[in-house]
Amino acid sequence: MKCDFCDAKATVFLTQLVEGQSKKVCLCEKCAQERGVTDPTGFSMADLILGGMTAATSQGGEGLPDPPPGATKKCPTCGFTLEDLHRVRRFGCAECYATFREEIAPMLRGLHRGLSHVGKVPEGLMALQVKHQRLQDLRTRLDQAISSENYEEAAGIRDETLRPAEPPSPQAPAAP
Amino acid sequence: MMRFNTLITPPADWMSGGQTEHGAVLTSRIRLARNLRHHPFPGWAKRDERNAAFDLLRPAVEALPVMKDAFSQQLSDLNSVQKQVLVERHLASREHAARGDGSGIVIERRQTFSFMLNEEDHLRMQAIRPGLQLQAAFEALSALDTALESTLEFAFDPTLGYLTTCPTNLGTGLRASAMLHLPGLVLSDQIGPVLQAVGKIGLAVRGLYGEGTESLGNLYQISNQSTLGESEETIIRHLERVISQVAHHEQNAREKLLEDDPEMVSDKIGRAYGVLSHAHIIDSKEALNHLSLLRLGGSIGIFPADTEALCDTLLMDIQPAHLQHHASRKLSPEERDSLRAKIIRKRLQNHPSPATCPPSNDSHPPTGDLPSPDES
Ligand SMILES: [Zn+2]
Ligand SMILES: [Zn+2]
Repeated sequence: MKCDFCDAKATVFLTQLVEGQSKKVCLCEKCAQERGVTDPTGFSMADLILGGMTAATSQGGEGLPDPPPGATKKCPTCGFTLEDLHRVRRFGCAECYATFREEIAPMLRGLHRGLSHVGKVPEGLMALQVKHQRLQDLRTRLDQAISSENYEEAAGIRDETLRPAEPPSPQAPAAP
Repeated sequence: MMRFNTLITPPADWMSGGQTEHGAVLTSRIRLARNLRHHPFPGWAKRDERNAAFDLLRPAVEALPVMKDAFSQQLSDLNSVQKQVLVERHLASREHAARGDGSGIVIERRQTFSFMLNEEDHLRMQAIRPGLQLQAAFEALSALDTALESTLEFAFDPTLGYLTTCPTNLGTGLRASAMLHLPGLVLSDQIGPVLQAVGKIGLAVRGLYGEGTESLGNLYQISNQSTLGESEETIIRHLERVISQVAHHEQNAREKLLEDDPEMVSDKIGRAYGVLSHAHIIDSKEALNHLSLLRLGGSIGIFPADTEALCDTLLMDIQPAHLQHHASRKLSPEERDSLRAKIIRKRLQNHPSPATCPPSNDSHPPTGDLPSPDES
């Protein structure tokens, strides 16, 4: 069997099981040393396979969005293109995700359990989101009050939108 | 500022305390990936942009109370052996060690926390604990992450979560993993079905295979694969449950081996002890496989219980860069094999000879969603 990285004879075999499927990477002694996969307690062999987007495992870039012919869509912040993604298999900056959100959705489906984040949110951002949510809720209620000609309630709600938000109470409704 | 030798000479806190879960779980590791909102990712950044990010990151990380008197260096200020020692000790990734100017590392004194600056992501934070302690390690690391939020603005999207350089880490940016020592399952030929079962429930299992089917040192790593769509707590709870089930299977396998074939077990462990105590030339593969058996002997009462800690420390100390750091010079592979044997002999000098196989203890059968290897 040949090494996945060069033509030498493979002597080190790395196996990973994911979702009942086993993936195998074969390396020669030299490539194994170079990539640090001879240490069974290291993360490097994990990263080698789990990287998922490394040369060894992503034959022909499966799952990666194809850049449409003649496409010139660029990240406005860093100039990154889909061709760059094919080449380096990593993004250029945070803004790239907003730029290529639609294009990478199918790839994410293959990589992860879900498509939207569940879990930790930076605290400052959380406060901002709660504030946003509150204003949005108030505006919805205001619209409803106005359309049902309940002007007294509408005035109350409008006053509320002008007041700064109270510190979040434990009973505050969580954003969905 | 802490010197490299001061950091590295004592064993890490987590290297010699893995006696939980009958010693089957050596270490638990948590890694979080974070990036700065307004800076291009390190791999795409120009030199001055990378340096600008570094100049923001370094003081913020150094200011964490836990990093008081920490080891903090630019990678360009470390020599190749020093970098390699950090890799062998799991304090730096191999990719990170290959970097130079504009990348750095900050390591807490007890080697429990290690922060890589301008790795693939701007910040890769890691916590390591002995035994099965993923939840505790995560909580400790997450608190540091939260503290950093007051000075650093991380790239975050309400739908995609923490934005990482590689889409494989999106969402939580969390990689949780445990290193397991499973000689009982290997010796009793049950390792295949157990690992298959773990793989089927969406976790990743890795072993390093030689020519045959056995993994080097009977060491296996189990970690989460998906980072988007599940909370940190869910990921970790799931992983901890599966890992403790595997540890129970391992425990049962050891007890069954002792019941069915105590002579075979004693023979293997005795031979490993004989080779390790008397060899003068030993490569890492042979050493790892014998140390695995010696460690097994420690956990089943053929050796005193502290043999496990001795093996865990040796596992680290016999690796190439650790040997060269010990010798304070570059060593040829032949010189390494001699020094490796010498260090092992010395550590085993006052170690008691193997006792005969003790009777096995009561076993606690596992419960949970992982099928037992006998049933599958
Ligand atoms: Zn090769
Ligand atoms: Zn960009």
